[in-house]
Amino acid sequence: MSDRVRVSTMIPPGHVRTPYYLRGKVGEIERNLGAFGNPEQLAYGLAAETTPLLRVRFTMQEVWGSAAENPNDLLEAEIFAHWLTPVEGSDAP
Amino acid sequence: MPHDHPDHNHDNNVPHSHDGLSPSGHPYRQDQDQPLTYWQNMEISIRELLIDKGITTELEVMHTIDQMDSRSPADGAKVVARAWVDPAFRARLLADASAASREMGFDIGALKLIAVENTDRVHNVIVCTLCSCYPRNLLGFPPDWYKQRAYRSRVVKTPRAVLREFGLDLPDDVTIRVHDSTADMRYIVIPARPAGSETLSEAELAELISRDSMIGVARAQSPA
Repeated sequence: MSDRVRVSTMIPPGHVRTPYYLRGKVGEIERNLGAFGNPEQLAYGLAAETTPLLRVRFTMQEVWGSAAENPNDLLEAEIFAHWLTPVEGSDAP
Repeated sequence: MPHDHPDHNHDNNVPHSHDGLSPSGHPYRQDQDQPLTYWQNMEISIRELLIDKGITTELEVMHTIDQMDSRSPADGAKVVARAWVDPAFRARLLADASAASREMGFDIGALKLIAVENTDRVHNVIVCTLCSCYPRNLLGFPPDWYKQRAYRSRVVKTPRAVLREFGLDLPDDVTIRVHDSTADMRYIVIPARPAGSETLSEAELAELISRDSMIGVARAQSPA
């Protein structure tokens, strides 16, 4: 997985641990936390697959655009790998 | 105890009634005579079934509640103070905060903890926007404001304004890192060691470290 990733914009029903305000945003991998049970299955008592969990770092500029209080401040969150797609350097905003 | 009531005063024998109020002038809490709610019934039913089936016991439930109640920010403060005085421990804490906490003898169960460190250039603050994730197994229960929508929704968008309301006005050249505890990890901030604390013992240093400083809405206290 490349260092830069975009969070999916999907809006599935159910128990989802990807905050809405980060969907579609581009950040960089801060660290890989290893594999964890997928909460979207665990929450319903289903046999959960383990899937990589990553800490992704976003700039406030990326998350809030011109409404950012200080564009260079950072927002970091844990996002499961199936919500992330690699972003090539040239595509970066 | 004298106090102000907007509609009357107690200074000159103005007639008024305290019916239904305690001697301090506040309403008595109602006895809980209403039926159980759906979720109260659910909790009691599941607990009794687990006990009936021999999976747990009443004593074990009480013991677990006692254990949760015994955890407090003082435990986290000891971890932070150790990191301030012991560079090798600090490195271990930053690499794996769960292992470092256990090394100090804290029974943190399955808690997966990440420590983030404040410096002259970086200030960290913790939130859980989706619910109220908090490192309870080390710090005990979170403050009420941590669980409220106002803090959770605002600190990710306007952290500087929120921190100013806590009395913490950070200069523009300090980068704020907001950590949203969205999944399996929990977070503790290592506040910066205050100036003038060079001669204090590890135990004295721990006294300077508040719950709020480990959430990131305050600095460590300066030595008196």
